[in-house]
Formats: sequence, structure tokens, C-alpha cells
Amino acid sequence: MADAETQREAVLDALDNVAERLAEEKEYLTDLDSAIGDADHGANMERGFGKAADKRDEFAEMEPNEVVKNVGTTLISNVGGASGPLYGGSIMFASQELEGGITAETSVAFAEAYLDKVKDRGGAQVGAKTMVDALVPAVHTYKKSIEQDDLPPLEALAKAVDAAERGVAFTVPIKAMKGRASFLDWRSVGHQDPGATSTLFILEELLETAEEYLDGEVDRDARAEDAVGRAE
Amino acid sequence: MKKLINEPGAVVDEMLDGMVAAHPELRRLDGTNVLVRGDAPVDGKVAVVSGGGSGHEPTHAGYLGEGMLDGAAAGEVFTSPTADQLNEMIQATDAGEGVLCVVKNYEGDVMNFDTAAEMAAMEGVEVEQVVVNDDVAVEDSLYTSGRRGVAGTIFVHKCAGAKAAAGGDLEAVTAVAEKVVDNVRTMGMALTSCVTPEKGEPTFDLGEDEIELGIGIHGEPGTERADIMSADEITEHLTENVLDDLELDEGEEVVTMVNGMGGTPLSELYIVNRKLQSILDDRGIETWDAWVGDYMTSLDMMGCSVSVLRVDDELKELLGAPAETPGLTVTE
Repeated sequence: MADAETQREAVLDALDNVAERLAEEKEYLTDLDSAIGDADHGANMERGFGKAADKRDEFAEMEPNEVVKNVGTTLISNVGGASGPLYGGSIMFASQELEGGITAETSVAFAEAYLDKVKDRGGAQVGAKTMVDALVPAVHTYKKSIEQDDLPPLEALAKAVDAAERGVAFTVPIKAMKGRASFLDWRSVGHQDPGATSTLFILEELLETAEEYLDGEVDRDARAEDAVGRAE
Repeated sequence: MKKLINEPGAVVDEMLDGMVAAHPELRRLDGTNVLVRGDAPVDGKVAVVSGGGSGHEPTHAGYLGEGMLDGAAAGEVFTSPTADQLNEMIQATDAGEGVLCVVKNYEGDVMNFDTAAEMAAMEGVEVEQVVVNDDVAVEDSLYTSGRRGVAGTIFVHKCAGAKAAAGGDLEAVTAVAEKVVDNVRTMGMALTSCVTPEKGEPTFDLGEDEIELGIGIHGEPGTERADIMSADEITEHLTENVLDDLELDEGEEVVTMVNGMGGTPLSELYIVNRKLQSILDDRGIETWDAWVGDYMTSLDMMGCSVSVLRVDDELKELLGAPAETPGLTVTE
């Protein structure tokens, strides 16, 4: 396990990467949300993660789990609406799993706690056209890759990102059952869920950051083929 | 659309400052949109707090004071307050006896209160929550899973606040709040839409001769659009839906509320109350007390809601107990 200082640096870099990515994707997320929501997801996510990234100096002396917790509380204060509790509250809650430092084992516990809290708070199951559709495959794949397949965390994370990507694709052809989009009923079919999409962007940036810290690069094409089972 | 404001983004902040200036017994928590009783936390007492979007004045902060609320968090207009501010409110009002959060059933409100309760629990505060869902008009709405929480919430504030003032513990105060939720029903209607400061124009279109039945308190759609009717016909429609859902028996006692949506004169609310009482009388239901006024508004919307609360001896005692707040005063 890397020392606490390196872990904190990794968390802060991940935060920067996520904030930057969400700022880049603001318009795209807004467009997705305009179709089936109230068109504020892009701005809300950019603002929330932007505020968290601005606190880099404030976070500079904290333990890694404390940084994660404070990212959560910053999102709660700044994202607004239901996304504040869903993204920020869940990160804050799950940060407890990282108290002993960030390892393969605690990262699985973090991911599971985050997923549980999102499901519990939002009341959505898989297939409701929400962020849960990206999260469930990602978290399940990550856990299985680490715990059963004994894969290194970087590879496990790469597989999780692929799983999330397919989860996002799955939200397109299904009808929304939760959240504001559900009031559109059948009109929601054919649109990609913005929450699942921003979840994928966050995971992709975690993978980017992990590649820097865990010495390695995953061949994305090979990975994608493997993920959809076309390699054979 | 003309409005008496300085700038849309400053509405909540300036309203709260003005409110504290008018009611120096209230205090604003630094750097937040939370108001609390000036003497909070009140020693030896369970705290009762609430909160939600602004635009419903005198809800929520108008019910701060002796015998009702200890804390009230104001979100932006029609937007939930954030969980960190709700948490600060809980911390600031807890005297060690625990805190009851009265939450109206909107997804944003419920999720933010849930998160705040978790944050407060991490700090060792005992928190309970009741979710008010008195609106019989719709099962799912634009902002809700299940029924919406509307004007019946004021009865919850009154009864839970009185129970806490009488020395009830957190369990007893919560039980009273739940009893009110179980026994209160409401339905509303609008003659016009409302105008939010940010948008500056009506949130929905309603024709000159149309009304919206089953309206929510954010201008969200109701159950049906109808041609304008007389006050008696409208009152009959609202009251019958409320009574059918409440399943009252002849001889039962109720407290009623005719609530104005913000843009309707009191004279018209009294006309509604006249018909409401005559319907109850015809059905052999006894009104123990009748409230008429603007208790939970929707900015400048014209319209009203009718609430009926089934009462027993316990609720009558709590409703009759003294309360001293900007929005409601009850003397012995």
C-alpha cells in the first residue's frame, strides 16, 4: 500500500481530473438532462466538483479518507436538488470504509457502501433508468475482479469502467421508473440517462488517475473487446 | 411581470434579513438560510424543526417560536435546502433531548433531510423524521413519489410543537406528529399560476375562464383543468375528495383549514369556509375549530386548499395549547 501522502495526492488528482472532465462535459450532460429532466445536471455537477477541487489547499493536510469525506460534504452543499444527497451524501457515507487507508480491499468496501447508499436514498433498482444502472455493473464487476479473480486493482477498475459503459447504454432503450424522467413515462424511452452518464465519466477519470499512480496502462481497445466477449 | 424585489438571486437572503428585523426573537445562523428561535437550544425540550423551499410564507420560519418550531431552513424558491444547512439547524436546536424533523413529501426535501439526519447522527444527535403527505389530489407528481405534503403540515407543526413544549420525549413527539399525518387530508385548486422571481413569468398557462383542480404548492399540475365554477361548487369538489379519503363517521370531530395560496383575498377564503362548514354539518361531522388564512402559500398564486384533520382529545388539547409565532398565535 502506498503511504498516506501518496494516497492523498492520488485522491486530489482524481478530484481535479473529475472536476475538469465534468466541466468539459457540462453541455453534453445538460443536453441529456434537457430531454428527460430539468436541464440542470451539467451545471450542478460542474459547480459541485469545481467547488471541491477549489479546496485542494484546504485538503492538503488531511488523511485520504478525510479528503474523500470533505468532497462529499462539499457536493452536498453545492450540487443542490436530489443529486447533492445522492452523489455527495453517498461519498460522505462511504468514506468511512477508507479510514484504514486505500487498499484493494477497502476500495471494494467503499464502492459497495457507495452503491448501497445511492440505492437506499434514491430507492431505485437496476432498470429504472438511473445512475444505478451504471453503478451496479461497475461495482459488481470490480468486487468480483478483486475478490474472486485476484486481478490487480488497475485491471479491476478498467473492467468496472467497461461494465459502467454498458450500463449507460442500457439506459437508452428503457423507460424511466424513478426520478423526474419517470413522469415522461414512455417518452423517456430512447434517451440516455444523465446520472448514469456522469457516473461513467467519474469512473473513467478514476481509472485515468489510477493509471498514473498504479504504474500501468490498460489497452482500451483490447479491454473493450474482452468486456463484450468478442475476443474469442 | 412586476415584482417587489431587488434582484431575483437575492430574494431569500433579503426576505430572511427582513424577517429577523421584524421578529427580533428569531435568530439567523451565520452563513446559512436557517432561522431558529432566539433561545435555541431550549433546555430540556425536544426540538421540532422543518424546512423546504421558499415561496410558501409564512411557512416555514413563520412558525418559529414557543409551542411550535425551534428551527426552519429556507431553500431557494421552490427548491429544497441543502443537507449541510439542515444539519446545522439540527445541531443548533438540539438541547440533548433529540430533534424531530417535519418533512413534506418531495424527493429533494426527503433526500436532503435523510442526509442531514445521517450527518447529525454522526455527531451524536438523536434525530427522528416524519414525512407529511396529506394531498389527496395525486399519487405521484412532478416532484414526488406518493402523495405531496401540503398545508396539513401546519397541523403537524402545531401538535408536535405543543407536545414538545409540554415535555414529551422524542418518541412521544414523533408519535403525535405521525398521528396528525395519519388523520389529515388536503386538496387545493388554483385560479391563476404563480410567478417565480427567477423566471418572472407564470409557471404554467391557465386560461381566463379556467381553473386547475388538485394543484400543488409549486404550480405543478393538478388532476384536472376545469371551466371556472362558483365558490360553492369548488368547495364542494375539494371537500368531497378530502372527506372521501379520510372516511369520517358521523359524529366525529374535526379541525378544518381553508388555506389561501397567496393571491386570494381573505373575504373569498371565508366564502369557501362558509360552504365547507355547511357540507360538514350536512354530514353530521362536528367542527371543533376552523382555521382560515394564508398558512402555506404558493407565492402569488390565486386559489386555496381545504384541509380536514380528524381530532381526538389528545389532538384537541395540543391544538389548543398556547403558541406564539409570527404566523400563528394561540392563547389560553
